[in-house]
Parts: sequence; structure tokens; C-alpha cells
Amino acid sequence: MKFRSVFDIIGPVMIGPSSSHTAGAARIGRVARHLFGREPQSITISLYGSFAKTYKGHGTDVALVGGVLDFDTFDERIVNALTLAKEKKIKVRFIEEDAVTDHPNTARVHLKDDKGELELVGISIGGGKMEVIELNGFALGLSGNSPAILVVHNDRFGAIAGVSNLLAKHEINIGHMNVSRKEKGKEALMTIEVDQNIPQVVLDEVESLPNILQVAKISE
Amino acid sequence: MFRNVAELVELAQSRNVPISEIMIEQEMEVRGSTREQVVGQMERNLEVMEQAVERGITEDVRSHSGLTGGDAVLLQTYLKSGKSLSGETMLDAVSKAMATNEVNAAMGTICATPTAGSAGVVPGTLFAIREKVNPTREQMVNYLFTSGAFGFVVANNASISGAAGGCQAEVGSATGMAAAAIVELMGGTPEQSSHAFAIALKNMLGLVCDPVAGLVEVPCVKRNAMGASNALVAADMSLAGITSRIPCDEVIDAMYKIGQTMPSALRETAQGGLAATPTGRELEARIFGVSLDKK
Repeated sequence: MKFRSVFDIIGPVMIGPSSSHTAGAARIGRVARHLFGREPQSITISLYGSFAKTYKGHGTDVALVGGVLDFDTFDERIVNALTLAKEKKIKVRFIEEDAVTDHPNTARVHLKDDKGELELVGISIGGGKMEVIELNGFALGLSGNSPAILVVHNDRFGAIAGVSNLLAKHEINIGHMNVSRKEKGKEALMTIEVDQNIPQVVLDEVESLPNILQVAKISE
Repeated sequence: MFRNVAELVELAQSRNVPISEIMIEQEMEVRGSTREQVVGQMERNLEVMEQAVERGITEDVRSHSGLTGGDAVLLQTYLKSGKSLSGETMLDAVSKAMATNEVNAAMGTICATPTAGSAGVVPGTLFAIREKVNPTREQMVNYLFTSGAFGFVVANNASISGAAGGCQAEVGSATGMAAAAIVELMGGTPEQSSHAFAIALKNMLGLVCDPVAGLVEVPCVKRNAMGASNALVAADMSLAGITSRIPCDEVIDAMYKIGQTMPSALRETAQGGLAATPTGRELEARIFGVSLDKK
């Protein structure tokens, strides 16, 4: 079941006009921001399907950038996100793609600064709900059935044990876990589905562990 | 956890509680939250809906494109003339549904129910019925939980996204949700709620998502108007004892399958239907300076 909460249906409270193209888009941008961990110097967003065709009318562009600026769906600053980004001297670029994707509302978000970059593919599945299907080239096989966290880490011994021990300490049960890496000893990604919502303090603790680069919660 | 409407109705009937109660308890379990937290969050959503309706029926709300705004106020004024044919509750619901969507189109603050484009139907009907039957705040919050319970089933078994399933998945779902909630508020049984949902959604099957210029304005605002009126009619029919020959879950399944076979041009891409009419294209060209068709 993709939708677990009544507040996925009666909610979110949001700035109009579209839950999938505005609120869902803001959430995609915000997850990218949280995974990046800081304000980027440049934002490049490729839009596919319905996103590519209708983004201007739906405010998908302002919402995605608003999300990257860490605004929630109901934050009225979303309306002026492009101006705010300009004031912060953040380069923003949109690319309308023709390629056909599995989901009609797909966005590829690329964030960059002097220290690094991040690329994430998100889909907005309706009613403001979204899923991350790809991160830095890693395909994410998330069921969407449970709350999940993404942990970008160095591919070193003990990194996975550190995270799972910490979750155990907080009595959080792991329902499904996947670890993937592109190359031995380089960057890797843990995708962890858990049974209950993870408080922010626990995420902060995870992030402070050795070899952990970025942490983000991708659903509630 | 209930997986379909049949299970939802069975749960409510076997325990002799309303559908809203089943939804509240499930939410508490899923989130590990207290009743106060769950109900409190819904109360805040109700407040957002109330403010959006209030704004839409009193202020001169206009969208950036200029395509929508001001119609909710027009209808309120007409209503006061006493000349309306379809009755006070009906037109009040229609006006308040449009009010919400006009605020939404103007990038105002709303609560998605189940989506932003279909956010008018559930609060529109609720705040119109409030004038007639004067429900308690608790009953109004429960209205949202009952709406949510039906929307929850649709979202998991079919779709609530116009891009995936057309307008039937958005305003269609919202209409069914409102119809089911009206029935509960008016003292009907869980089974009558399910019939009201089925009757309402049946009348919305096949409805395409064809927004002019891709904006959530034309025809979205007026489709919410029709959704609100349809919800009231379906609820009245069910409360009168009329049942749906096709069970609720099968209607939802039919909606899903219709959505799957709907061409992409009619699923929120602004390439077909009203969006592709000469006037639709003209408005689009005026708003963006260039037609999306010619890009």
C-alpha cells in the first residue's frame, strides 16, 4: 500500500495550485536539499512527461526550487522561490525532456556547489505524495509501504553496523534494507525501510556517525 | 488495516462504530500517535479549509493568469436573491467548492482533499451542510476522517492522480469521498456511505483531465462545482434507500481500468480535450506568449 496515512488523503496543507505538480514537486526538491545537506550554488532540473508539459502553469518550477531552498509545502515563500534563488545568487536551470518515463510526473534534480554534487530522480504520485526512485545513479527499490531513510556513506567496514546499532538502540525495527555501491571503497547508499516514523533527533545522530555523509527521510 | 471498502464497512458494522472511528484508530496505530495528535492534526486541516472557503466567498480572489476568480462570490450574491432553482444547500456547496479552488488557483493556502485540483468538493459540501444542520466541531472533523477513509482505499487500489487516471481520479474520488461523509454526518449507515460513494463515482467515470494551458483552473474550478452537487445528490439518493447495483469496490476498480486506458493527451498534459479547443489554445498562447502545441 503506497498510501498509509489519512493525511496523505486529507492533506497536505499547501500553497496551490496542484498537489502533484506543486506540493509533490516541493517535496522532491526538499528531499534533494536534505540529502545534499546545504544550500547549493546551482540547481539544474530536468522535467519529464506532464511535468515538462505543464510546469509553468502549475508552479512546478517555483515549487521544486522552493523545496531546494528548504521550504515546506505550505510555506508562502514558495511563490517567490525563483526570485529568492536569484537573490541568493543560485544558478537555476530547467530542461524540458521529451523522453518517456515510467511515471508521468518525473523530475531529475541536480544540485551542485564547490564541495560536491547530488543527483536525484523523484516522481510525484498524486495528492502531494512523492517517491525517490534514483539517487546519484543508484536505483532505489523502495516499496513505498513503510517510512524509509536514505543514508549516503563511505563504503567502509562498520558503517552499516553503526547505523543498524543506532536504530536498534532507539528500538526502531528495520523491515527491509538494501545497500548498494558503484565501486569498492567509494560512495555507497543504504536504503532502510522501518516500521515507524523516525524522529529528527535520531536522523541527526545517524548523520554524526563515522563514514556517514548524508541522511534523509523520504516518507512518513 | 482495511484494504477495500467492503472491509471498511464490515469493520465499522461489526464493531457498531462509524467509519470515521475506524480511520482514526488505524491512523493512531500506523503512526504510533495518540488520539489527540491525530484528531488535532485534522482539526488544523479543517481550519485551513474554513479559511480558504471564507476567503473565496468574501474576497475578490483572482489567479495570476486571470482565467479564474470571483465566481464563488457571484453565486453567493445570486443565492441571496432567493431565485435559485436548485436550492440553498446545493448552491452554497457549489459556491464554497469553487471558493476553495479559486483560492488554490491564486496560489493561496488550501488543504488537498485528496488533491489540490479537487480540493473544493469535500470542504464545499461540509460548510454548506453546516448552515443547514449545525454540526459540532467533532462531527465536522469526523466528516474529514470518513472522507479520508474512502480516499485512502481509492489511492491504494486505483489512483488519485489526474496525470495517472484523469479527472475521475481527482474530482471523481473527491465526490465519492464527500458523498460517503455526508451520509455519515446525516445519520446514515456505513453501508449507505459505500452506496453513496459508488453512485457518486459512477457519475464521474471517464472524466478526463484536460486543463487549459495546463493550469489548475479551467475546467477544474467548475468541475469541483459539479462534484459538490453530485456528492449531495448521491448522498440524498443513498439516504433515501437507493443502492448501487455495482459494489463500491468494483466501481473503484472500473475507474482504475478506465484511467489506464485513457490516452496521455487526456491525462493532465494539456494536449487534448478542452485544452486543445481553439479557445483553449488561444488562452494558452495569451498566457505564455506561445502555444505549448507549437513548442
